[in-house]
Amino acid sequence: MSKMYHKEKSIQLKSSASALYNNLSVLRIAPRCLTYFTVVHANVVNMVSASWDGLNYSHRQLQSKEGNVATSSSLIMQAAWCVLPSRDLLVLTSQKGIQMYESDGSIMVYWHALDTPETPTAKAVFARGIAAVREKYICVGVSSGSVLVFDVPSKGSNITLSEVLEEHKEAITDMASECSGNLECIADLVSADDSGLLCVWKSGEDFQLLNKIPGFDTSCSSVKLWKGTVIAGYGTGQIRLYEGVTGILLAEVNAHARWIYSLDIAPFTGLLISAAEDSWVRVWHLSLTPETNSVEIEHMYNECVTDTQICGARFCDGDGYAFAVTGYDLSEIIRYTQA
Amino acid sequence: MSTRTLPLLFINLGGEMLYILDQRLRAQNIPADKAKKDWLEEERKRVMNDIITTMFNKKFLEELFKPQELYSKKALRTVFDRLAHASIMRLNQASMDKLYDLMTMAFKYQVLLCPRPKDILLVSFNHMDAIRDFVKDTPGILSQVDETNKQLIEVIYTPLSGGEFQLIRQTLLIFFQDMHIRVSIFLKDKVQNSNGRFVLPTSGPVPYGTHIPGLIRIFSCSGEELRRMQFRDGGNYSATLREGSFEMYGDRVIKLGTNMYSVSRPVETHMSGTSKNSSQHTKVNTTPNPLAKEELNLLARLMGGLEVQKSTNTDSGFRVNLFATDEEEEEALISRPDELSYEVISIQATKDKQTNAALAKIMGEFGETSEPAPSSSSKGDDLLAMMDGL
Repeated sequence: MSKMYHKEKSIQLKSSASALYNNLSVLRIAPRCLTYFTVVHANVVNMVSASWDGLNYSHRQLQSKEGNVATSSSLIMQAAWCVLPSRDLLVLTSQKGIQMYESDGSIMVYWHALDTPETPTAKAVFARGIAAVREKYICVGVSSGSVLVFDVPSKGSNITLSEVLEEHKEAITDMASECSGNLECIADLVSADDSGLLCVWKSGEDFQLLNKIPGFDTSCSSVKLWKGTVIAGYGTGQIRLYEGVTGILLAEVNAHARWIYSLDIAPFTGLLISAAEDSWVRVWHLSLTPETNSVEIEHMYNECVTDTQICGARFCDGDGYAFAVTGYDLSEIIRYTQA
Repeated sequence: MSTRTLPLLFINLGGEMLYILDQRLRAQNIPADKAKKDWLEEERKRVMNDIITTMFNKKFLEELFKPQELYSKKALRTVFDRLAHASIMRLNQASMDKLYDLMTMAFKYQVLLCPRPKDILLVSFNHMDAIRDFVKDTPGILSQVDETNKQLIEVIYTPLSGGEFQLIRQTLLIFFQDMHIRVSIFLKDKVQNSNGRFVLPTSGPVPYGTHIPGLIRIFSCSGEELRRMQFRDGGNYSATLREGSFEMYGDRVIKLGTNMYSVSRPVETHMSGTSKNSSQHTKVNTTPNPLAKEELNLLARLMGGLEVQKSTNTDSGFRVNLFATDEEEEEALISRPDELSYEVISIQATKDKQTNAALAKIMGEFGETSEPAPSSSSKGDDLLAMMDGL
């Protein structure tokens, strides 16, 4: 049986990846035959632009911001592209606030400061969890459990905080919007927190809570929403699939031997990728039968990144033809394509 | 990130430091003469007691346990420099560098290999248990250690969730980022590769609360299991061991954090061959002033609580060498790569007059308040004379 994927040439980074959930974001720019990657290292975001012919790489580094200080040592929790119909924005979440840039990282268009206390409190303060929802929303999670909803105009910097959703009591870990492209899906957004609680939302002028799916005393570190199905990865190494609106558990996989750090879905084919501290990257195939509300999950492929605790894994395209991986202390993005 | 990381970092690094010093002190106990042997044994115990007393100083720990961001590497190194010199023991620069390398790589290893983030607490308890054993004959210090242990358990860490422990772990991993110093005891045991990276096995027991990978279960809408399948996970995992005890006393189950050194297994570090990445990484603290004002204030409060027997004359006191010979120690100092130099905070480094004055006052306070007892310095002289005669 031949291998499904084979390793390609890695992309070198200016600095190594930090151990943070979902520490890899990919933006494919078809008209320019380019793919952008971002990886967080402490207070810096490493951005690499790679041409599809593999000949050109350019690097850029973005730093965390803090009040009026030009450069900050505050740590960045996550960086992710938000793809909206009219524009793509690069969002950085840190201990001090939320920065939004034009997609190539050239200009910062918006800064939102978090309420940070004078003296540090026992509970850390930070923003984490980023999702673009429908035509004009960018949602960002906060350590208090709040979800901030930003209204984004089709161009310019007049971004405003339109709503704050307060359902979670624990720190937000990750958020995801419906990625199938199917406008008939009722649920638009799922948010996850440190207790494993999943909240499913419908977007709008006022976001509406559709369901709260309780956790089982374990953090949900990564979450995806595809065709109305919530796919959640947990600290115990399990992946669970829930029907979003009803909260019905559809499937449970004992997928990894350590904490899951990253999940991604290829929306056109239903390929799912999971990566964890146990050094394994696994590819699965999901098929959903909406009539019977049932799911099929088939294991497709394993890749062991030797001696590496993986912190980010993403498909590079909507079919899942290629994927990229980052690991703690690694200064490269490892890439794989289908054989 | 997490504001509760510093106590764990301090206790675990301190624990490793004690393991290493204990091993070196025993290893240097070479004279055949029984009287000298007994006397050196006394000195060893005294050095250990002095350091542990300082480590668990009440005021010092109060400051440490307050919610705060992690110190910079520089600031933390300064704290441990002070701690290492809290007795009549003296370490040269090269030995202190090596000691710090070993401590940090050992704890980095323990943090990485912890099955669950919460198990970092069990690693800390292993260190605390060993420290308790070092001072078991000295009730005064023992009660200090016990009190700290209680605080750790009840006040600080019991209410934390798994996700919050993971945040602590992630904060620690950022602190240790890009450190790949090779430690010969790790290389020999095959837990570290020759490129300085640790071996992460894909076999062995899964963490408590995790299932062995392999099972897929599909459910119906009513919640009953429709079918189950197995997939090949590629690893060689086995069932979890029982959970370690988070009480004051108990079987911790996890071996990480227990003493891996012994007189017959000395430790060396290799400076060459460290990966290129170590020079590439961006430093977390990008403040232009080498000593951030906040850190200075913190250090001042901390140092105020530390009683240090400071001796300006490096010839007095009991010298410990972390290398096999004096020549090796000298060679190590000269050949240490730039990117691995620890910048210990010194008065000359600060340009700010106010900062300078404040720091000078702190350093000055040490000299005034702590005079080495006459008997100890003469003991030190005796020892040195004796070693010269060997």
